[in-house]
Amino acid sequence: MVLILVVLPSLAGRYSLYLVIQILILSVFSLGFNLLFGYTGLLSFGQAGFFAVGAYACAKILLAVPNLFLGLLGGVVIAAAAALLLGFLSVRHTRIYFSMLTLAFGMMIYSIAWKWRDFTGGDDGLVGIPRAPLAIPGLPALSVASMERYYYVVLVVSLLAIWLMYRLVNSPLGLALQAIRDSESRAEFAGIAVRTYRLVAFTIAGLYAGLAGALLPPLENTVTPPIAHWSTSAEPVLATLLGGIHVFGGPIVGAFLFFMIKDVIVRFTEYWLIWLGVIVVALVMGFRGGVVSMFARRAARAEAASDR
Amino acid sequence: MTASALLQVAGLRKRFGELAAVDGVELTLVPARLTAIIGPNGAGKTTLINLVTGALRPDSGRIYFKGEEITRLATHHRVRKGLSRSFQLMNIFGRLSVLENVLVPVLSRLGRTVDPFSRLEREAEARAEAEQILAEIGLGHARAHPAGAISHGDQRLLELGMAIAPAPALCFLDEPSAGLTPVERTTVLDLIRRLSVERRTTFAIVEHDMDVVFSLSDWIVVMNRGRVLAEGPPSLIRENREVREVYLGEDALA
Repeated sequence: MVLILVVLPSLAGRYSLYLVIQILILSVFSLGFNLLFGYTGLLSFGQAGFFAVGAYACAKILLAVPNLFLGLLGGVVIAAAAALLLGFLSVRHTRIYFSMLTLAFGMMIYSIAWKWRDFTGGDDGLVGIPRAPLAIPGLPALSVASMERYYYVVLVVSLLAIWLMYRLVNSPLGLALQAIRDSESRAEFAGIAVRTYRLVAFTIAGLYAGLAGALLPPLENTVTPPIAHWSTSAEPVLATLLGGIHVFGGPIVGAFLFFMIKDVIVRFTEYWLIWLGVIVVALVMGFRGGVVSMFARRAARAEAASDR
Repeated sequence: MTASALLQVAGLRKRFGELAAVDGVELTLVPARLTAIIGPNGAGKTTLINLVTGALRPDSGRIYFKGEEITRLATHHRVRKGLSRSFQLMNIFGRLSVLENVLVPVLSRLGRTVDPFSRLEREAEARAEAEQILAEIGLGHARAHPAGAISHGDQRLLELGMAIAPAPALCFLDEPSAGLTPVERTTVLDLIRRLSVERRTTFAIVEHDMDVVFSLSDWIVVMNRGRVLAEGPPSLIRENREVREVYLGEDALA
């Protein structure tokens, strides 16, 4: 799989590369979202806010200092800081209250992107964002202006982010988050500072959203307020539901399906979102069977393992 | 503050609206003495456990654990100090494996849950300890099963394993034999007896089954309407006139 991605530029055209970049960005975005949802049990509707913070921060930095490394780093750090701040207020609540709070914070960021003309360009957004060279301190600067080169930047960054997330969910910290998801009160009586751990998960999810957002402006050369809209928050939700919330690779598979479905349906009707909605509903309603069958398979495998 | 006390509760009160669930409780728990807390439904037993373990905040009164005041301390800090509990209603990590259920409190005690990069398979010390606990509660064979999928009796055993995994000095068990078959009940009781000897854990149990209470405990605390009505060794509680009238009923003493 990784090999195909590595040799892709020599096989596929610019549009395919563009599509794969979008899939990788949504994968990173969704993986962060699912750390919060599938692993910690918190459904956030405000992830677009941090996505936008990452995108705008990266764009502003690139417009001032043409260095992609600084742009990405800045986007990630500022989005994580925003997530830490808003997370501090959000993780005091759970379930629907948490979801509504994150939705409100997300829309707050949306209206800032819309109204703060001097800084964000208002509805015009920020334009002419350069695909600046990647200059990591201590290494020679690398031009990434061509689509192929930028594709490799996104590929390397995404694979790194995916690998780090994989390590995280399989670590003691990842186990503690899953314990909180299954039973908050029991986790507390296991000695876990539940609220702090939730804040950690929220900040990491915001960081991943920020990273995904920061990868976008150099691709599109513009940033506009709609990326902060709640419908952008719905993208990782839909992708994760499509792919499966209790499997590590679910959000990645989901991101791929999301763009494939969109790409196919969009050829027939501009109301592609309705049909995507229908597909997600069908999947979620069939989900019960999915979970049960997965459960059964796991139990069967465990039985086989213990009988040995 | 009594020097030998493990836990001391003074003037503890908690109201829910008009109901004084715990109404001025004075209680001292001594190390290595298995205490049973009994009383009719609504006597305030579970509320008392919730107050002592930090699940609820008292309206007034003080709680001392190992000579240190913990009245307002967060739950997870109390657990770190050696105070743990099991739950009356099943409360386990349903999607995690049986082993992982025990691994979580063990990792937490070892301060390992903060590590985002270590692999769980490499946590040898914690895994060995968790396996040891599974062996003690007799669930070693089910280690890889999802905890939500094992039988009710096994889940009760797992609850017990999770309660002792933080290596507590004092462990509250809220109706450990609730909903069990007589055979399973015997298993759980034997286990509690064995654990209280083998581990340096003092157990305090809330229980409705009088056979269990009188066979297991060294000390009995009788609660009624949010207060401690009487306390003493089982033989004296059996004889206590007030307790007979309020709670036990003559037939229980035959």
